[in-house]
Amino acid sequence: MNINATIIGQMIAFAIFIYLTYRFVWPPVIGAMAERSKRIADGLQAADRAEKDLELAQQKVVEQLTAAKKEAAAILDQANKRAIDIVEEAKEKARVEADRIKQGAQAEIDQAVARAKEDLRNKVVTLALAGAEKILESSIDKNAHNELVNKLAAEL
Amino acid sequence: MSGTEHSLTSTEYIKHHLTNMTYGQLPDGSWGFAENAEQAAAMGFWAINVDTMGWSLFLGVLFFIIFRSAAKKASSTTIPTGLLNVAETAIEFVEDNVKNMFPYKNRMIAPLALTILVWVFFMNFMDLFAVDLIPGIAQQIGGAMGYDPHSVFFKIVPSTDPNITMGMALFVFVLVVFFSFTQKGLVGFAKELCLHPFSSNIFIVQAALIPINFVLEIVNLIAKPISLGLRLFGNMYAGEVIFILVAIMFGAGYAFAFLAGGIQIIWALFHILIISLQAFIFMVLTIVYLSMAFQNADEH
Repeated sequence: MNINATIIGQMIAFAIFIYLTYRFVWPPVIGAMAERSKRIADGLQAADRAEKDLELAQQKVVEQLTAAKKEAAAILDQANKRAIDIVEEAKEKARVEADRIKQGAQAEIDQAVARAKEDLRNKVVTLALAGAEKILESSIDKNAHNELVNKLAAEL
Repeated sequence: MSGTEHSLTSTEYIKHHLTNMTYGQLPDGSWGFAENAEQAAAMGFWAINVDTMGWSLFLGVLFFIIFRSAAKKASSTTIPTGLLNVAETAIEFVEDNVKNMFPYKNRMIAPLALTILVWVFFMNFMDLFAVDLIPGIAQQIGGAMGYDPHSVFFKIVPSTDPNITMGMALFVFVLVVFFSFTQKGLVGFAKELCLHPFSSNIFIVQAALIPINFVLEIVNLIAKPISLGLRLFGNMYAGEVIFILVAIMFGAGYAFAFLAGGIQIIWALFHILIISLQAFIFMVLTIVYLSMAFQNADEH
């Protein structure tokens, strides 16, 4: 309870501890705290921004999806049309081909008929000539009447 | 009370608890520990209270170690947990207080306030250890070392020693005077002491008022450290005395012993409030005084 040199000792100790705190404790902690609060603020801001970005991206996704669907529908439409076209075209081609084949066949038939007619005519001429020969008994001059007979054959 | 020794009277017990372990020059001229309060008083100024000084230094070092280890861990990327969290809470609390009360730029004030808050709190906290626990151990050790256990004094609460509290208050006073000079200059400081609180536009009246002002302001200035130091000392000393008085009841039979135990616990719980409050008050007043030292006289 006496005032003695302890008072001086305490003053010196106090000064030393203040200096130590000032030098080694205060700056790192305060600095770290300030930096941390800045980081937290930055982080919150970044989170906000990310959220906004996400929203935007989602919006874009929806937009793109809609566009893609529309495009797909268009493509499908076009494809359907094209398919119908192709079928039509194929049908047309088939008809033309069929016509062509039919015509060919017809021509062949006509040709055959013509040939048959010719054959028949020749045979009739020969037959007629033979018949006439028989009737006239070689009285007919082959050379003299050949023209007449040919004329007759052409009329058949 | 230490039951193994012959029982002390209540007066002796109280006296024993209120005497510091003092190292100084003994009456025979040699240096050593005082064996009783009278010897300690006779040592005069050049003696040292080894117990309170030692605890004060120990707690100061403890404060520094705790906060230094926290400071080492602190970085913007670490998540504050445990010790760092506590340290940061204390530092943030101090910084808020300093920002509110000290509107000037000085990077020393906040560390000073933190030192006061935590160190004074630690010193006050020693009050919550059982009054006889550590002194009892010290007596046993002293006895084993060949001293008379009754002359081994050991006060563990540094802030119940006026030397400790006044030492801190005086250092604050030194800072107040120092900053008054550096901030206002010699003339400014002298003006502040001489031209307030009474002032007049008439030169003669003003000249007559200067001595009155000077006396008032000097009293005002000196009252600051004294009230600062004695407030802490008085509060802690009173609390300590109550602990000691209640502890006397332990010697008066089982019924009283249980009652005393209850009272000790209640008082200790209440004392938690006092020790924190006193540490806080010491810090706040220091900041306020220093803020006044920075304040320009014209701003009154």
